[in-house]
Amino acid sequence: MRANRVFAIVLRQLYLMRGSPARVLPLFAWVAIDIVLWGFISRYLNSVANATFDFVPALLGAVLLWDFFSRVMQGVTTTFLEDVWSRNFLNLFATPLKISEYVAGLVVSSTATSSIGLVVMLVLASAVFGLSFLSYGLLLIPFLLVLFLFGIALGIFASAVVLRLGPASEWFIWPMPALISPFAGVFYPVATLPAWMQGIAHVLPPSYVFEGMRAIVAGSEFSGASLFAGAALALLYIGLAYAFFARVHRHAVRTGLIARYAAETVN
Amino acid sequence: MSDARAAVLTVARLGKSYGATVAVDGISFVVGAGEIVGLLGPNGAGKTTTINMILGVLEPSSGAVAIEGIDVATRRSRALASANFAAVYAPLPGNLTVQQNLRFFARIYGVENAAQRIEELIAEFELARFRRTKCGLLSSGEQTRVGLAKAMLNRPHLLLLDEPTASLDPAKARDIRAEIRRIAKSGTGVLWTSHNMYEVTEVCDRVLFLSHGKILLEGDPKLLPAEHGKQSLEELFITVAREPLTLGLE
Repeated sequence: MRANRVFAIVLRQLYLMRGSPARVLPLFAWVAIDIVLWGFISRYLNSVANATFDFVPALLGAVLLWDFFSRVMQGVTTTFLEDVWSRNFLNLFATPLKISEYVAGLVVSSTATSSIGLVVMLVLASAVFGLSFLSYGLLLIPFLLVLFLFGIALGIFASAVVLRLGPASEWFIWPMPALISPFAGVFYPVATLPAWMQGIAHVLPPSYVFEGMRAIVAGSEFSGASLFAGAALALLYIGLAYAFFARVHRHAVRTGLIARYAAETVN
Repeated sequence: MSDARAAVLTVARLGKSYGATVAVDGISFVVGAGEIVGLLGPNGAGKTTTINMILGVLEPSSGAVAIEGIDVATRRSRALASANFAAVYAPLPGNLTVQQNLRFFARIYGVENAAQRIEELIAEFELARFRRTKCGLLSSGEQTRVGLAKAMLNRPHLLLLDEPTASLDPAKARDIRAEIRRIAKSGTGVLWTSHNMYEVTEVCDRVLFLSHGKILLEGDPKLLPAEHGKQSLEELFITVAREPLTLGLE
């Protein structure tokens, strides 16, 4: 893998961001609105509910972590979609660029763009709503790491879906985090779910993060092993998503789709 | 290849089928270093399919492609490092400026002294006043020149040009032909597709006539018409496209 080719993908994204408010604003605007909205909801719940339970770390912290995960996934897919929108596949894949380098470029781009959203959320949540990250301790880092890894996996998978089904399937990938959220136990314990939904929750890495977060906030015992299982699952999904992307790319090369990729040519 | 020039492109029994439809039917040819080879044929003859297979963006059903002896199927990245292409149907991303596009592709190709090389190409293709213009805002002729500048970035040993002058005015087209000839003299092998027979006669050392995925004729574009009793390459082209049997070619 050549670093200069990976960096080329990141550089391209930087060029597109520069001087394009339409691309820069979404990096932090929606997550900021989410934090403000849920910050006030948490405050209100604190004022009407039992004083022994603090909703800020439980609800606002959950929103922050979930938005970070969504931004990571969208960071990968948006970078990929730039090539779809500009019909750049032929120019791109007729070069020495390897698929692994291209995907690595998507991941590094997403790391940069999602970090911007994360910093904005952390500043807003702590400065305006008093969310103390000390309440999570050092576990905040593995929480973010697991969500980051799963966001990458979902982003690569979603990109492969668009590559296979065509640009018109773009609408399908945006709601993916929302489809996962009921199973991931973002705002409620997984035990609340019916048995079949719990089964799905257990194969979703974010469920381990949110269960862990609630355990810490409630002051109960937290299992590091379950978080490790979540990280292992996320890594497994990255491997599977990459294999799926590579397989879809091979199909596109075999059929010639890469050379004439457009909404009208994919079925 | 007409003399002992080293092969930069070797195409061996290359074929592509889509179900029962045969797009390219087991063709073989070689492009030597410094040689300009014209790939001619009517629409749907298999020219672009052949170029896509050489570029590794379309998997052949049979046969093999090697660039400087490196197999494209098994070592695509290595093989394509010394090749480049420009095609009228593959404009560079319109949302990047000329300079940004050239910088992006310079990184992809690992061009050394990229800033200097980009300045050389901007001057060579008269792109200085467009350097900060988004490619999508350029005329088709200007976009073609940017595409050609990108194709020269890595000083390719093999250059694939699919109708490179199709959208250029006659003066610019003449300049580009002169530029391509100069590049070929420095040792680059060029595979050139065009429907402009005057251009092909002027530029190409050798032509391959493709029809229904097969090479029907091969030779010097200045000698071929007379060899087949025709006045011009255009007349020969039309005959090959419409009535190949009259030449005893099928």
